[in-house]
Amino acid sequence: MIRVDLPRFGRFQAWRDAARQLAGNRVAPDQVAWGDAGLFGTGPVPPPGPHPVTASKEFLALARTVASHSDPERWALLYAALIRLQQDRGFIANPADPLADRLARMAKSVRRDIHKMHAFVRFHELPSEGPRRSFAAWFEPEHPILEAGTPFFARRFGDMDWLIATPEGIARFDGRLSFEPPAPRPNLPTDASHDLWRIYFANIFNPARIKTQAMRSEMPVKYWKNLPETGLIAQMLADAPRRVQAMRDAGATDAPAFAARVTARIRHAPDDRPPDSLDAARQQASRCTRCALCHAATQTVWGEGDPDAPLMILGEAPGDHEDLQGRPFVGPAGQLLRQTMAGAGLDPARAWLTNAVKHFKFTPRGKRRIHQNPATGEIRHCTWWLDLERRFVQPRLTVALGATAAFALTGDRAPLTPRRGTVETTLDGGPVLITWHPSLILRLDPGPAARARAQFAADLTQAARMMAA
Amino acid sequence: MAPRTLQQKLAILSDAAKYDASCASSGTTRRDSRAGGIGSTEGMGICHAYTPDGRCISLLKILMTNFCIYDCAYCINRVSSTVERARFTPDEVVTLTLEFYRRNMIEGLFLSSGIIRSPDDTMAQMVRIARTLRMNHGFRGYIHLKTIPDASADLVAQAGLFADRLSVNIELPRDASIRELAPEKRPETIRAAMADVRLSREAATEKSHTGRRPPRFAPAGQSTQMIVGADDTTDRDILRTSANLYSGYDLKRVYYSAFSPIPDASAALPLIKPPLMREHRLYQADWLMRFYGFEAEEIGAAHPSGNLDLAIDPKLAWALANRGQFPVDVARAAKDMLLRVPGFGTRTVTRILAARRNGPLRYADLLRMGAIMSKARAFVTLPDWHPGALTDSADLRARFAPRPEQLQLL
Repeated sequence: MIRVDLPRFGRFQAWRDAARQLAGNRVAPDQVAWGDAGLFGTGPVPPPGPHPVTASKEFLALARTVASHSDPERWALLYAALIRLQQDRGFIANPADPLADRLARMAKSVRRDIHKMHAFVRFHELPSEGPRRSFAAWFEPEHPILEAGTPFFARRFGDMDWLIATPEGIARFDGRLSFEPPAPRPNLPTDASHDLWRIYFANIFNPARIKTQAMRSEMPVKYWKNLPETGLIAQMLADAPRRVQAMRDAGATDAPAFAARVTARIRHAPDDRPPDSLDAARQQASRCTRCALCHAATQTVWGEGDPDAPLMILGEAPGDHEDLQGRPFVGPAGQLLRQTMAGAGLDPARAWLTNAVKHFKFTPRGKRRIHQNPATGEIRHCTWWLDLERRFVQPRLTVALGATAAFALTGDRAPLTPRRGTVETTLDGGPVLITWHPSLILRLDPGPAARARAQFAADLTQAARMMAA
Repeated sequence: MAPRTLQQKLAILSDAAKYDASCASSGTTRRDSRAGGIGSTEGMGICHAYTPDGRCISLLKILMTNFCIYDCAYCINRVSSTVERARFTPDEVVTLTLEFYRRNMIEGLFLSSGIIRSPDDTMAQMVRIARTLRMNHGFRGYIHLKTIPDASADLVAQAGLFADRLSVNIELPRDASIRELAPEKRPETIRAAMADVRLSREAATEKSHTGRRPPRFAPAGQSTQMIVGADDTTDRDILRTSANLYSGYDLKRVYYSAFSPIPDASAALPLIKPPLMREHRLYQADWLMRFYGFEAEEIGAAHPSGNLDLAIDPKLAWALANRGQFPVDVARAAKDMLLRVPGFGTRTVTRILAARRNGPLRYADLLRMGAIMSKARAFVTLPDWHPGALTDSADLRARFAPRPEQLQLL
């Protein structure tokens, strides 16, 4: 039997060194007795053996965590795992293996304890002579996690001196982290911020919702005795029913007189008079609830461009980008439209660009919104705004992009293919040139897309000719 | 009236903040104080305490002020309420945050506010607090700012540079309810504010032509809160709204807050017991949408009423309503189907996928790997287990639902 003695601090490194040497000699797990300092006499560890010893990074990380477990068997289990790993590399990744499962559970328990330490350490301020402020805490973890748990505090509280005392030992930080053997629990001075904290804790609690089980499972009672706020819990719970009842009995009170004056100043008074300008129409449209699309869409996307332009370009409805930015034709289809317009000699700034439907219609799919075609009813509801827009802009020519725009202007649902490139008459009497919607071109396969793109360019060139005439 | 002490203000302004459900402090950039300053964020959020209402305290959640010119019926701070009012100075908020932080009581600050004078004025003061913490004190902890929906885009842009997370509360699941209960707020400006944050976040990830990365904008993303039970919206509609918000604005979280009676309540709302179980089921359903590949519609359709089954969890409810898709062969099923088995969590599924490469899995293996077999057994087949007629048995739901309780007679 070989006895290996491990020091109070730096235990994992000591285990690792010894385990490597033992495994190099293929010493069987049952031939080694591992002990924390003082339990056993130092045993003769053989010199490095002839066999190669390897361990994966994952195993080392697991072993480092398990090393902080309070189970005295942990070293033996880790050594057994190391020996098995030399023959059976995969076992540690198999959650169905009993040893792998036991180690994983031990690591989980340690991680949880470290997490609770990060959460439940409470510093008290100490008098300090130097420029750095000084703090101390007492904490009683379930496992010996002092070395594993305190680097977090060094990263977090770099500009102050602190110490965390535990039954296992003391971690001290003064710009550098060091460890000392345990000492009796220190007397921590009273700290005014702890009183403020208790005020906060008592007042952030809602007496109308009690869920003590959730509280206890996340903040186990074993940690309570060192937390400044937990002493209040019994009283808070006892008082809760009375507070809720008092709230109920008090009921509603009359609003102070000034309240109505304040809200009258800022409340959005709906103005439903027929708008007398394009801007007034835009204002009204921003609150539109004529169909159900407004509930899911971000905002009304009103037309944009030159309100005195002789040319109106009418699309279908805003897409994802347009909806987010609140502006028409800013997405990929808009880019294609602007490019093609420029190629045809039409200045997008000298046109009024708008859509037949002013709200984005979509179906949510995870993190994306899939565009949907507006329904006939939605198009009809939105012609209210389109008519207003047309009345104020008074275009000489309108270009309808796609079937929805053509339908909104002509009331004709006939298929688009035979109508494309032709001029029809709108319901309000003006000429409308019908062409593809650029988003259709973007969806087509390369061959048909090139054809449609050429037709689209030709149609816009025709529009430019008609404008010039 | 004598000026209020810091203690009095803290009591009033934390009480005023207790109805906001959001508390998380995770998912931001990693940073620490080794190069100076104070504080760190390390990815995973830490809850430093729990109140008896079962909610965690991760951040110092307070209002800058509970004076407010809006009159939202569900809110204790509305202008027509007679609640006690108080107002922190920016320095007081900064000091409280830093002192609590140094004692390891919080991960940072969650600052919200009543609207005073104007949305811009209020937002400017909140930004000032965040800037002081970051610039004057080198604070590297977490900051969550509740943006005011009507504040100018410029102020929101500044807020995003100092805060880890920004949020705007949608408040209620339907626009009509917002217009009715919060007449000064407008659903379209709330959503437009969320869209702005999303666009700013996207812009901050694009490198400029010189290859330089712009400063991070709200690296922990944005979230929102919805009050449940203040109006009569069904859970199906609530989940639809959430799905729209997740897909539209790249939200990290939607928080559901069971409508809780408030002191001095508006006569427009009933004094009810907060529907805590409904809130819990909505969180479970939300989880299914974000991590299990469920669509809002399928979860909402599991019960004809459009509301979630309060007796059993929504995944089980879905499985019972879709038994044709079960039992699932654990040895062969694809990941997305394993994720739909009641009793299998995302971690269990990861473990199953890892373990089944090493050979067939048996009933006991699944138990050890964390599967809740009391739920899963009716929906899976294994080499040593077949549910037989259990999957289609008429009383399957009754096996999971808690025993009916005798109603109180008076």
